[in-house]
Amino acid sequence: MKILIVGAGLAGLRTAESLRGAGFAGEITIAGEEPHFPYNRPPLSKDALAHGLDIADLEFKRRESIADVTWLFDDSAISTDYQQQSVLFKSGRLESFDVLVAATGIRPRTLSVPGAGKSKFSLRNFEEAQALRTSMLGAERIVIIGAGFIGCEIAATARKLGIEVAVVAADPEPMFRPLGAEFGRAMRKRHEARGVKFHMNAKIAGYLGVDSATGVSLESGEEILGDLVIEAIGSLPNTEWLAGGGRDLHDGVLVDSSMRATPADEVSVYAVGDVARYSFDLFDSTPRRIEHWNLPTETGRRAGKSIAHFLTTGEVLAEAINFVPSFWSDQYEDNVQSFGIPGIADSINVVDGELAGDCVVEYLRDGKVVGVVGVNTSTKLAPYRKSFQESN
Amino acid sequence: MKVHVDMEKCQHYGQCVFEADDVFSLGDDGKLVYKVDVDDSRRSDVESAVDVCPMQAITVE
Repeated sequence: MKILIVGAGLAGLRTAESLRGAGFAGEITIAGEEPHFPYNRPPLSKDALAHGLDIADLEFKRRESIADVTWLFDDSAISTDYQQQSVLFKSGRLESFDVLVAATGIRPRTLSVPGAGKSKFSLRNFEEAQALRTSMLGAERIVIIGAGFIGCEIAATARKLGIEVAVVAADPEPMFRPLGAEFGRAMRKRHEARGVKFHMNAKIAGYLGVDSATGVSLESGEEILGDLVIEAIGSLPNTEWLAGGGRDLHDGVLVDSSMRATPADEVSVYAVGDVARYSFDLFDSTPRRIEHWNLPTETGRRAGKSIAHFLTTGEVLAEAINFVPSFWSDQYEDNVQSFGIPGIADSINVVDGELAGDCVVEYLRDGKVVGVVGVNTSTKLAPYRKSFQESN
Repeated sequence: MKVHVDMEKCQHYGQCVFEADDVFSLGDDGKLVYKVDVDDSRRSDVESAVDVCPMQAITVE
């Protein structure tokens, strides 16, 4: 019995640990496209960018229980043969499986506008963080396209390094989609107080510069100059290699509560982490793909447990999903933390402090709290997570 | 077992508290407080706390 986990990030790691924890003693192979063991990505836009970090500082501890796992690095999956039950890799390697786990995560979305080549960056992996840091250290001013978490964190880090920052984004406010206009506006003001210039509701016409990007031009005719340009405009799930198996691969791999790709058939395919889309049963029944910190761990644990259960009993583990999405973001001295799904709310209620300072903000949908976001108030947020799990 | 938190790394997010609230807690000042000597019967939950720490600041011996 061989379980092939494609993707050597946090979700793949937790799946392997959970399989061993649940008593699975068969073969486990983990194949990753990067040359590294699983490592912690959130510091890439923060400390690793500001101070430079070694990959050894970022690698997750690997438990004794998974010491016998076979690791393959530096190779990406190209296609899956559902009849032969094998995955073809870029190097030509063919890996067979009895159970396949997709843990291939996401890649940065790129802007499809003309121009530029060099001096254009995105940030997802360790090498990209290193390259960006090296270039940023020689830069006086930078342009960041996108005002989501990554864009805002890079902006904060760059300001700490004394670099001029312009943020260009299509949304009306920073972090608009996950946190809404009011909170986003307050966050923009925090950034502006630190000298970041925002160009919101902006449409980018193209890159400036011949070989190297020297900025961007907007459809309004405005030009925004920088020594380098960073694209932080969201991500795309890495699902192309799973095509042809009849699974729903629209915006990630649709999975049931046991993390099994659907519609399921006799071939065992599961998905975990950022690439998986599923319903958060504590909130509603709409499948969502949410890229928050705790979910690779939650989905990896669930998948390991349900695969082991299925292999032992022949039955699918039916257990509602009780995950509460959670993330944090460090921007300057401010720590933003969130529980739940604030992005689905229709109104907000500031229950403690004010948006300009330390605060606790409830996010409500039809009068019911579906998320809570705080700035520098982690102690006050804690009870909310419990309440999500207890009220349902 | 012995629990250790690297307080240089810890940012007091409190994720560990959800996994093992008899071992980890946040004080009124928002700072993490934890027990060093913990009974082995709590190992599974404490290891979960190690897993979910955003800063990967917790170690167990």
